[in-house]
Parts: sequence; structure tokens; C-alpha cells
Amino acid sequence: MANNNNDEKKYLFDKPKNVKRLLYGLYTCCFILVLLEFVIHRHIYHSWEELFGFYPIYGFIGCVLLVLIAKWMRTFLMRDEDYYDKLEQKQHQLKKDAESSNVQVKETKGGDDVDA
Amino acid sequence: MWMPELPAFVPFFIGALLALITSGKVRQAILLITPVVSGLHLLTVPVGTVLSFDFLNFQLQLFEVDKLSLLFGYIFHIAAFICMLFALHVKDTLQQVSGLLYAGSAIGAVFAGDLITLFIFWELLAVTSVFLIWARRTERSYIAGLRYLIIQVLSGVILLVGIIFYAHKHQSIDFQFIGLTDTASWLIFIAFGIKCAFPMLHNWLTDAYPEATPTGTVFLSAFTTKVAVYALARAYPGTELLIYIGVIMACFPIFFAVIENDLRRVLAYSMINQIGFMVVGIGIGTALAVNGAVSHAFNDILFKGLLFMSMGAVLHMTGKIDGSRLGGLYKTMPKTAILCMVGAASISAFPLFSGFVSKSMVMSAALNNGYGWAWALLLFSAAGVFHHAGIKIPYFAFFAHDSGIRTSEPPKNMLLAMSIAAVLCIAIGVYPQALYSLLPFDTGYNPYDATHVLTQTQLLFFSALAFVWLNLRNMYPPELPSVNLDIDWFYRRLFPAILTPFFSAFWATDRAVRRWFMRGVNGVLGMIARHEPDGILSRTQLSGSMVVWVTILLAGYLILSFW
Repeated sequence: MANNNNDEKKYLFDKPKNVKRLLYGLYTCCFILVLLEFVIHRHIYHSWEELFGFYPIYGFIGCVLLVLIAKWMRTFLMRDEDYYDKLEQKQHQLKKDAESSNVQVKETKGGDDVDA
Repeated sequence: MWMPELPAFVPFFIGALLALITSGKVRQAILLITPVVSGLHLLTVPVGTVLSFDFLNFQLQLFEVDKLSLLFGYIFHIAAFICMLFALHVKDTLQQVSGLLYAGSAIGAVFAGDLITLFIFWELLAVTSVFLIWARRTERSYIAGLRYLIIQVLSGVILLVGIIFYAHKHQSIDFQFIGLTDTASWLIFIAFGIKCAFPMLHNWLTDAYPEATPTGTVFLSAFTTKVAVYALARAYPGTELLIYIGVIMACFPIFFAVIENDLRRVLAYSMINQIGFMVVGIGIGTALAVNGAVSHAFNDILFKGLLFMSMGAVLHMTGKIDGSRLGGLYKTMPKTAILCMVGAASISAFPLFSGFVSKSMVMSAALNNGYGWAWALLLFSAAGVFHHAGIKIPYFAFFAHDSGIRTSEPPKNMLLAMSIAAVLCIAIGVYPQALYSLLPFDTGYNPYDATHVLTQTQLLFFSALAFVWLNLRNMYPPELPSVNLDIDWFYRRLFPAILTPFFSAFWATDRAVRRWFMRGVNGVLGMIARHEPDGILSRTQLSGSMVVWVTILLAGYLILSFW
């Protein structure tokens, strides 16, 4: 990165060690949560829940499937950033030009926060 | 002024008028005081208050208060205050006045006791909110705003037709349980469905909301869809079709959210997902389920508002909102990052955050009433929410790769508005009884039992693990500058592509036919008018032939007079 000069302040996650700590924290939590299933008796409402570690497995596999399917969807859904803009703004521009050639349109102020 | 029958939208409309004619600090004060005064007034209004008057043989109930409408009235006041505070630094008359009118219209709609009043506020919601999109003052937002307005007004027109049929059949315009029975009820259902972003009718939301101003989107996220949820909860509880619709709404947007680049559009998709939970709750229709649906609407306004505010702050400070162009902002916007993560934890339904106490009601209701398949799919989408809204939004905006952007925290009013929303999210999560006491039914539900806390935490932590694993294996789809096709492709690309050549061919044919016809007419006229020896009008006629024609004419009269 161009901005990572030596004199720039080091932030929390600039150190790989901190990222590692966070990840190990997550792994530990996951491990403890699975172990807790031995201690806490879950109420069962649905037959799927009888499976040991149903929620962790469902969460993990569900999310992996979600991401893989979404990634596959990109192959036929993804277009350039200006896919719609090209056409719509051109048409809009044509209409505006046609109008302004007939009527002299007053110059309007642009921008986000205009005090009227 | 302090009579209970004063309709709750009136202070907002007066406030809007005052804001229009004032400026500077006075206007800022009016913007903040309006929701506070109106909210304090609403607290004194008892359940059962009705303000009605006769108009053209109809009894209009402009203001009718029950527990359901009161809950939405309260949250709309809180939302209006937070939105106003968030937008306080903006110096734009258009946005501030339309913001107040929009909030007032939403409040008017939830207290409407009859269908005609509902229709009026339904349309007001559309026309007042579109200015929040146009206020961005870009070409894109102008066109997106037009599309938004067309669809919203269409919803109102369908509603009106439905109301006319309904009034004719039932001889009543009371806004109460309708149920799917006849054409009228279907029309009203579809009108509600458009505003509620039912699948296939959802695209206006993901199209228009991300094009509004940084502050405008926060307003938009709070009102329109929640009014529709309220309307469904009043008119169609227990309609089984809503369970199927809701499950689809909860599931399909998360796929789009994972690959979407514009982070506010990710939130728009996740909004449809959250409304899906509410719609399922209304579809199940038991006391617990409807409680879950409306309390989730209450919470969603807060945590979705918080997330939209944090992304609005990012857009306001950096001018960028695409995941591919952001990253590493935690270094200079740590407070915003933490507030965003509170919203993320709430929407993901972490225990001790607000989403947990309401989402679990819908899930429990689905299980209790034998909708196991709906429960399983909702569970999947609950894990998916954490993935795209809980992790993706904060991760790509504030962490991920360092984009090199160095900015600062947003203005104080923005931070304060976000903080209020965050505190409410946590307060409701820690002490849900406060919210439960406002709900329309008393079910004695307790979200914090050991099973529930454990299973939900397991689900979320392993979803996070999946994210980490996919990222480490480089399997997570990177943020790319792109547009993803959705239903809007049909009306933005396919229909124009088919209809433009069709219409140009049609107009060309039309032009040719008319030219041919005019040429014929001109030829005949020319022939008649030609003044030359053999021209029709220049011929010499015998006066005797005139006599013959007069005779024929009179004979004709004679024959006709026999009848």
C-alpha cells in the first residue's frame, strides 16, 4: 500500500499477531460452544435437532453453500458498473437536449447539500 | 392542543410548514422538537381513542388508536427523532421538509381507521419520500426516483381500486381484518405487497434506496415497508400464503447481498430478508407469531436504521460506498465502526441484542405450529443474515484490505443519532420486557432460555467460522465494481429493448400511412380546386340539371314521409 509509510501510525490490525489472536479467539469460542452441548440439555422441537451439533453444522454448511451458490450466480448476473447508466443516462440526456433546444432552461445548482 | 383526539400526524405537518418558513438554528430546533412534542402527546393518548367525521356518506376515521397502531406510532416517533438528529447538519430545505412530511404520513397511515384515509396517506408516503431520493441531485437518482414514484403510485392506484370493490361489496370501509377471499381483497393484498417488497415486486426497494442521499436512505428505511407490514398485520393475519411469500423473501435476497458491491444496496437486500421474517409471522397468525412480527418490525427500524446511518456516515465522509473502494476505515472512524457492529450484532440476533428477542418469537411460532420446513429455511437465512449484514458490512467498510482512505469521524449529530439507536438496540436486547409490554398480545414469552441462547450462539459462531474459512481459502467472492441483474432488468433492459424497436416500427408505419393518406386527400382536393378548363369546379353546368336534382330530392322526402 502506498500509504503504509514508515512514519504512519500502526493500527490494531496492522500487526498480523493481533489478527491471529482474534482468529484463535474465534476458534476457542467455537470449540467451547460445541463442548457446552454436553453440559446443557437442549429442548428438542424438530427431529433434525436430535443430531449432535446440529446448529454448528447447519450454520457452517449453510453459509458455505450460500457463498458458493452466490458466487456461481455471479457468472450470469454480473454486469459492468455502468450497465444501466450507459443507456438510461443517454436517453435522459437526449430528452433534455431536445427540451433545452426549444426552451432556454435555467442553470440549476448541483451538489448534495444545497441550502435553498 | 392537548386533547387526545388530535391526530398524531398533525404536529408533523405543522412542523413541516414551520420548517419551510424558518432557517438556521430555529429550523433545527423545530426539526428536533416536532417528534418529541408529538411523541409526548401520543403517550397521553389512551387506547380506543377515535376521531371520526362524515364525508360524502362515508364515515372517515382519521385517527383510531389500538395497541397495534400505538406500537407503530411509538416507533415511528422514535425513528423520526433519530432520523432528524442524523440529518441535522444537512442544509437542504427540500430534504428536511419532505422528511417531516414523510414521517407524518407514515404516522397518519398507521392510525387510519378506514381504508380511504389509509389510501390518502399511502399515496402521501410515496410523493413525500421521492424527494429524499431526488435530493441527491444526480442523473442516476433522478431516474431511480422516477421509477420509485411510478411503482409506489401504482401500489396506491391498485389499493384504491381494491377499496372501491371492497366498499361496494361490504358496504363498509372500516380498516380491519380482510382476509383473502375475493377480488377486492386480492387487489388490496397486492397493493400492500408492493410496498412490503414481496418477491418479484421487491425491486423498487433495492433500486431506489441506495440512490437516495446519505441521510435520506435512513428515513426511507424506517417508514414505507413498516407501514406495509402494519397493514398486513391488521388485514391479513393467518393467511397461509404469507408464510410461503415470507420464506422466499427471507431466503433469496441473501444471495444477492453476498455478491452486491454497493454496501447500502446490501442493506436494502437484507431489509427484504428481515421483512420476510415479519411476513412469515403474520402468515402464521397466532398471538406469539404476530407479536414476533410486529416486535421485529420495531427492532428492525432501529438496527436497520443504525446500519444505514453508519453507511450514510461512511458515504458522507468518504464519498464512496462500494465495498471494492472501501476498507480499513476503522483506523480513522473507530466510533462509527463500533456503532456499526452493534447494529450488525442486533440484526444477526446475537443474545443480548434486540434482534434476538423478536426473531426468536417468529422461529418458535413456526415450530409450534408445525411449519418445520419454514423454520429450517428461516434458520438458514438467519445464518445468512449474519454472513452478509453482520460480517460483510462492517468487514468490507471498516476492515478488509486498507483502501488508504484517511478521513475522520462524522459530525457529532450523526454520531449521537447512531449512539441513541445503538443504546436502544442493546437496551431492548437486555430488557425485552419493556418492548413486550407494548405488544398487542400477552403471551408471557421468554427468549432467554438456555437452549435458545446456546443454539443461536452456536449457529452464529459457526457462520463466522465459515466466513473465516472461506476467506483463508480465498474462496470468498471478492468485492467487484459491478451491477447485478435483478427483476429490474425486465423493465430497465428487456422491455425497452423489445418495445423501442416495436414502437419505432409502429410510429414509422403510422407516419407512412398518414403521409400516404394525406397525399391522397391533397390530390383529390387539388383536383377539385384546380381552376382550368377541365377542372371540376370550372366546368359549366346546365341550370336544367339543377331542376332535375331538386325534383329527385323532393321525391325522396315524399317517400320517406310515408314511414
